[in-house]
Amino acid sequence: MIPEIGHFALILALVVALVQGVFPIVGAHKGWASWVAVAKPAARLQFLLLLTSFACLSWAFLHSDFSVLYVAENSNTRLPQIFKFSAVWGAHEGSLLLWALILSTWTAAVTLFGRSLSPLMMGRVLGVLGLVATGFLAFLIFTSNPFERLLPAAAEGRDLNPLLQDIGLVMHPPMLYMGYVGFAIPFAFAIAAMLGGRLDAAWARWSRPWTQAAWVFLTLGIALGSWWAYYELGWGGWWFWDPVENASFMPWLAGTALMHSLAVTEKRGAFKAWTVLLAIFTFSLSLLGTFLVRSGVLTSVHAFASDPSRGLFILLFLATVVGSSLALYATRASKVRSHVRFALVSRETALLLNNVILVVTTISILLGTLYPLIIDALGAGKISVGPPYFNAVFIPLTIPLAILIGLGTVARWKRDSLAHIWSKVRVPFVASLIFGVVFPAVAMAHFSWKAALGMVLAFWVLFTTLRVIRDYARGRGLSGLSLSQWGMALGHIGVAVFITGITLTSLYSMEEDVRLAPGDHYELGGYDFLFKSTAPLQGPNYQGTRGEVVVTRNGKPVTVLYPEKRNYLTGMPMTEAGIDPGLTRDLFVALGEPLGEDGAWAVRIYVKPYVRWIWLAALIMALGGLCSLADKRYRVLARRQQAAMAEGVA
Amino acid sequence: MKARYLIPLAVFLVIVGFLAKGLKLDPKKVPSPLIGKPAPHFELPTLYDPAEKISPEKLRGKVWLLNVFASWCVSCRAEHQVVSRFVQMNLAPVYGLNYKDAEADAKAWLGQLGNPYEAVIVDREGNTGIDWGVYGVPETFIIDKKGIIRDKIIGPVTDEIVRDRLVPLIRKLNEEQG
Repeated sequence: MIPEIGHFALILALVVALVQGVFPIVGAHKGWASWVAVAKPAARLQFLLLLTSFACLSWAFLHSDFSVLYVAENSNTRLPQIFKFSAVWGAHEGSLLLWALILSTWTAAVTLFGRSLSPLMMGRVLGVLGLVATGFLAFLIFTSNPFERLLPAAAEGRDLNPLLQDIGLVMHPPMLYMGYVGFAIPFAFAIAAMLGGRLDAAWARWSRPWTQAAWVFLTLGIALGSWWAYYELGWGGWWFWDPVENASFMPWLAGTALMHSLAVTEKRGAFKAWTVLLAIFTFSLSLLGTFLVRSGVLTSVHAFASDPSRGLFILLFLATVVGSSLALYATRASKVRSHVRFALVSRETALLLNNVILVVTTISILLGTLYPLIIDALGAGKISVGPPYFNAVFIPLTIPLAILIGLGTVARWKRDSLAHIWSKVRVPFVASLIFGVVFPAVAMAHFSWKAALGMVLAFWVLFTTLRVIRDYARGRGLSGLSLSQWGMALGHIGVAVFITGITLTSLYSMEEDVRLAPGDHYELGGYDFLFKSTAPLQGPNYQGTRGEVVVTRNGKPVTVLYPEKRNYLTGMPMTEAGIDPGLTRDLFVALGEPLGEDGAWAVRIYVKPYVRWIWLAALIMALGGLCSLADKRYRVLARRQQAAMAEGVA
Repeated sequence: MKARYLIPLAVFLVIVGFLAKGLKLDPKKVPSPLIGKPAPHFELPTLYDPAEKISPEKLRGKVWLLNVFASWCVSCRAEHQVVSRFVQMNLAPVYGLNYKDAEADAKAWLGQLGNPYEAVIVDREGNTGIDWGVYGVPETFIIDKKGIIRDKIIGPVTDEIVRDRLVPLIRKLNEEQG
């Protein structure tokens, strides 16, 4: 009965989404206020219906209702309770339902926090979001219904994919979807503004906090995924340039460009057409990501559920949404050209270059991701594009980006002089050269020029950011800084931390695959690893082996690691690495395969310096995004505008 | 409306075209250039009797399968039962190619899981694997009476593949003239 309620609520949500999409947009076009007014209640109703639907599916999982096909395929009575709940989004159908729920959550949030929007604008924004939701819900109901019954019911479920039975993966998809779907809001604002023919600073100001919010979630979602891959897949890597990882990274890069370009549009009224295009581009990449993950057109370690017929539906959806937006852009963008002048040496130029680099990086990654598909479609053979390509394009593009961060933050709007910029960056420049070269020589095992280059860039970003903070704080102290200034500073310090992390991890990591029998020692990076013993392991829904590895350094105990090898009920083997985390280094031990009779195992040992800084960087950046988002000027200006509008009406 | 504002739309439409074409393709399927060609030569000892040498020429006149496996390969373990069931159907002999494996490990593996193979051919260095274009283990080749490779299965053989692909093909090949 409960699954039927969920199913019914889902169908109603589709109908409501259609109403929310059609009436306000037609109404806004014809000037029928009563049609436009439908938008808000429809958006809120849709949210309640999807919440009901999601709750019903969760109920089915928590009660192990194996008469629901999706539950039978992805759960098991022996699955721990928390994973029964997270199994709701453990496969295709449920993750789409989560997608739809999150979209309607964002939409409902717009109805609550977007009070300063004019009714027309609000109607158009909600209308665009309603159309997007209609497409998704139709996809969900017609190709991927999570409430499909299995009669007679299965006696026991097939169990959740063991890779997903992990706390990192409980949080990763919701965060990632919050990010992906969140970019629907600036997209809807851009489309609504084009429909209304008004692309002004107010539009940029409305879009900015929503873009930042989505960006914060996406940052955290990607970092969680990377952290999970690091400790769960047992490969010790944190980024693999896998198509699905790229699918989440591309909207992030485009979203980063969008945040910066929105700043220019809001503050200076420049880059309008470009910002609109970026908003479309960012959301298109989110949709493309969904397509790539769900259709199976590319081989990926993440291809958990893929189906070409579903792929066709998403492709049609993608073509409709993006195609019509770009067609609208083609007809409207020429009218929104901005006529704002700025000098060659100015913050605008720095931000423009930042945008160009970020977009070029995004397109390079897009090209690398789609290249195997394109070559295959042309009948020219089968190839795969791997880390060598991506590292070769990504790393050289990050260097000018890091340099620009420093120059852009100190440069003035509109017009600046090289002499002025030099006077500001002189000290940070020299300091970063010194610190960057000294750091690897002193703090690391051996000196490397590559490490020095990375550290010079990291210190450059850090010192120029500190310099700008000092300027902001002059005369009023640190407490005088606005939240959005803190946001900018933290975001950039996050970049410095990130550069430090990837530079040092990729250049100084040590890794060995060794055969160890109980009692064997192995030394790596000054640490002694003693493979003490293995013991059988019995979990709720798996069996396995647990190793005990004692780590010492110069005879002093450091830690004891317990790497595990698990065999789940589904028959899938899983590696749980034993990790000793640390601020300056991680020790990582993973069990491979048992070798021979004497209890020996293939053991993988890593010493990874500064790897934690990569995720720390994501946290700092996300915190920066949150600060900016909370800046009171969005609320103050919003209120002022409301007042102005009220006056205008009166 | 200026032409340059149409560029994003045009680029997007091209991408959609490729994506649509991509839906019809299976990225995991890599055609083997060896299909339709004579089986590459080898003359290798067997696991349990190093004195016995096997070559494709010796197997001429019957339909046979070459299943590339290794004890270090996880999906071979999953495939093993399927291969064993297939052998019991008595349609064609299956020869194992033990690929880049230690002798003791291979024997232990087969001792534990059972040995379904007609004979286990040892390719310790992996040179034969390279000649046969093996890029992922397990792989399975179907060779006809004339010594021509007729099909290749990449990755573990499943019951569905046996039912839909192997059995019909081998029935057909068995009827061909040698």
